[in-house]
Amino acid sequence: MTHGFDTPKNHFQLFGIAQSYKLDIAQLELAFRALQAQVHPDKSAHLSDAEQRVAMQRSTLVNEAYQTLRSPIRRARYLLSLQGVDTQEETNTAMPLEFLMAQMEWREAVADAQQARDADALGQLEARMKDETGELEAMLAVKIDSEHDYAFAAGLVRKLRFMERLAEEIDSAYDELDN
Amino acid sequence: MALLQISEPGLSTAPHQHRLAVGIDLGTTNSLVATVRNGISVVLNDEHGRAMLPSVVRYTLDGRVTVGESAQSAQSDDPVNTIVSVKRFMGRGLADVGDTSRLPYRFVDMSAAGQAGMLQLRTVAGVKSPVEVSAEILKVLRSRAEASLGGELVGAVITVPAYFDDAQRQATKDAAKLVGLNVLRLLNEPTAAAIAYGLDNASEGVYAVYDLGGGTFDISILRLSRGVFEVLSANGDSALGGDDFDQRIHCWLLEKNQLSALNPQDTRLLLTLARAAKEQLTEHEEARITAVLSSGEVIDNVLTQDEFESLSKNLIQRTLQPLRRALRDARLSVTDVKGVVMVGGATRMPQVQHAVGEFFGQTPLTNLDPDKVVALGAAIQANLLAGNRSSDEWLLLDVIPLSLGLETMGGLVEKIIPRNSTIPTARAQEFTTYKDGQTAMSLHVVQGERELVSDCRSLAKFELRGIPAMVAGAARIRVTFQVDADGLLNVAAREMGSGIEAAIAVKPSYGLSDAEITRMLQDSTQHAQDDMQARALREHQVEANQLLEAVGHALEQDGMLLEADQRARIETQMSVLRDTLQLTDQRELKRAISALNETTVSFAQARMDKSVAQALAGKNISDLEVK
Repeated sequence: MTHGFDTPKNHFQLFGIAQSYKLDIAQLELAFRALQAQVHPDKSAHLSDAEQRVAMQRSTLVNEAYQTLRSPIRRARYLLSLQGVDTQEETNTAMPLEFLMAQMEWREAVADAQQARDADALGQLEARMKDETGELEAMLAVKIDSEHDYAFAAGLVRKLRFMERLAEEIDSAYDELDN
Repeated sequence: MALLQISEPGLSTAPHQHRLAVGIDLGTTNSLVATVRNGISVVLNDEHGRAMLPSVVRYTLDGRVTVGESAQSAQSDDPVNTIVSVKRFMGRGLADVGDTSRLPYRFVDMSAAGQAGMLQLRTVAGVKSPVEVSAEILKVLRSRAEASLGGELVGAVITVPAYFDDAQRQATKDAAKLVGLNVLRLLNEPTAAAIAYGLDNASEGVYAVYDLGGGTFDISILRLSRGVFEVLSANGDSALGGDDFDQRIHCWLLEKNQLSALNPQDTRLLLTLARAAKEQLTEHEEARITAVLSSGEVIDNVLTQDEFESLSKNLIQRTLQPLRRALRDARLSVTDVKGVVMVGGATRMPQVQHAVGEFFGQTPLTNLDPDKVVALGAAIQANLLAGNRSSDEWLLLDVIPLSLGLETMGGLVEKIIPRNSTIPTARAQEFTTYKDGQTAMSLHVVQGERELVSDCRSLAKFELRGIPAMVAGAARIRVTFQVDADGLLNVAAREMGSGIEAAIAVKPSYGLSDAEITRMLQDSTQHAQDDMQARALREHQVEANQLLEAVGHALEQDGMLLEADQRARIETQMSVLRDTLQLTDQRELKRAISALNETTVSFAQARMDKSVAQALAGKNISDLEVK
């Protein structure tokens, strides 16, 4: 098959955006929509089975790439994997004691707020959690984009994974309050 | 002078001809069919000028099936054989229905017989699956559309509640399959409503669609911007709707009159009167309910709007919880929502509008008929999917409402695809063997948000066979979950080391097997076997012509993308198909169709890459890997 154009190596090239942790979300959204407008299965519902199948595969890939880049933690993980760095989130459990203690306190506070059916307390915890997550993400941008310190960045991703689980717990605490 | 070519009606394949496609709102209480005519979406009426077809199907002893108004008027006399609100049973087991004594049907529990677990109903005309009952409704709507449009349909977009799970969606698609209706897409009801609204008002921003139908409740949060409808989150309750408000009035009547254990006729009578009272209370302060029961007992009660409001208060509360969850999943707050669209007949109730207005701090939009807006939106989407060009070009990005997962050790759920993932989507997971020489493996697929398998909905059990014998832990079996644009799941498995495709045997927990569908197809046409074959042949002929047209058009447009030998292969398959069209062997025809399809896969890829490249100036995704 003859192709008159370049083949992208990764998600960033797919969307035609710079390969970095810092990202212009608006630009990503525009590129995502422009791509989906071409490949979405709705565009080929009247065409042959072959064209419909190709559309589903391509559209699935575009969705996957978009979700990966859009999410700060998945984007970091993906960038590191492009550098051949594994974030070892399942295997590397060596965490600074201080960080682990803080995590335990967080979780207790969430459980307490849930028990007391205190939505305000939950809201405050959520705001603090978002602040800390934001700080970790800002640090990731420095470590990946400027300092290229990927080992350090992998440690930050492991911390972010903890924050992600915490966010899930806060979400389910809200659900419990609703019930 | 050259002769003009005139094609057989229904087989015409002129490239710019308008293709007949419809949108179908297969509702719990009422169903509608709509189409785009001269660029405008319109609901198609029956010969009496009625738009809404009551979703009521009656089976009689002589084997006749009546659907709609006439069936509805018989429901008090013949409640056992008159099925109302069948949508509530789609893809559901008997245990899901709850208190069956409140319903006048004779249920058959299929799970007891070791068969697929979807409940069935025993009628005077035999045992019927909810899929068959729904198929009767679709049949009437299709005839109505074909009579009104004067030709055979290319296909239909059928709407489903956004919160329908895989089993319910599959059951809906099976119902269409049963009547030979080509499903262009299963479309979520709130999304359909958003299309009708959005394209009408050229809106931008975040919108909430609050859809309270006869038996289902959906909330969808969408972002509209420059022709893109992006669903951010969906939530709901697939067993909550206007019917439940009728039930509340019904219970109130029982209490007021100290009645218990009514016979099916009286139950149906009171439910019908309860609904009438509910509708009356939309415009009036009070409603009087009078009836004579079969025992001769007289009922005469007055229900006020205030009383009704307190009776239904917790039903309305039950809709607010999914609202909060949907907003939280979309990472938005109430103030981000620019407008709230009301859909479904039950949103006419003043207390519903009031509660929703209070929640969002704004008056909900009701300028389109809440009963028709879903069908109107579905018709607009059907027109686009059928390939009819319109002045509006838009893109719809929808999500799956519930997470998909697998059962792991200890009855826990491992989520594979999280809820609110934009579809189509796929996720792969690797598994290994537990024992030396193990050649089979079973997987249990579930849907839902809870941690325990027992709290989620069982979708299917898969058995993988033919795994090459190896030591424990050496096999790498990659299982791929693919959710298509209809929101339906497909599972594939492959042993990575050997590349062997493991065979998958699917046992749907609530669905119908292909064998059952075949049996139902035969049942429904047992007196018209020739008819069925003729229809199948005809469908294949239409499909073959469309395919030839599509490929011919593609060659004309993008033939330069092909090497000479590739082009020759495609042209050979085209002429094989053309020759087969002259015969009347539908199996041969089907084979020739798939052969041409197979031959054009790489051409299709090249074509798509070209259009992507044009859109993004030099980008191509053909070799992209999901990492």
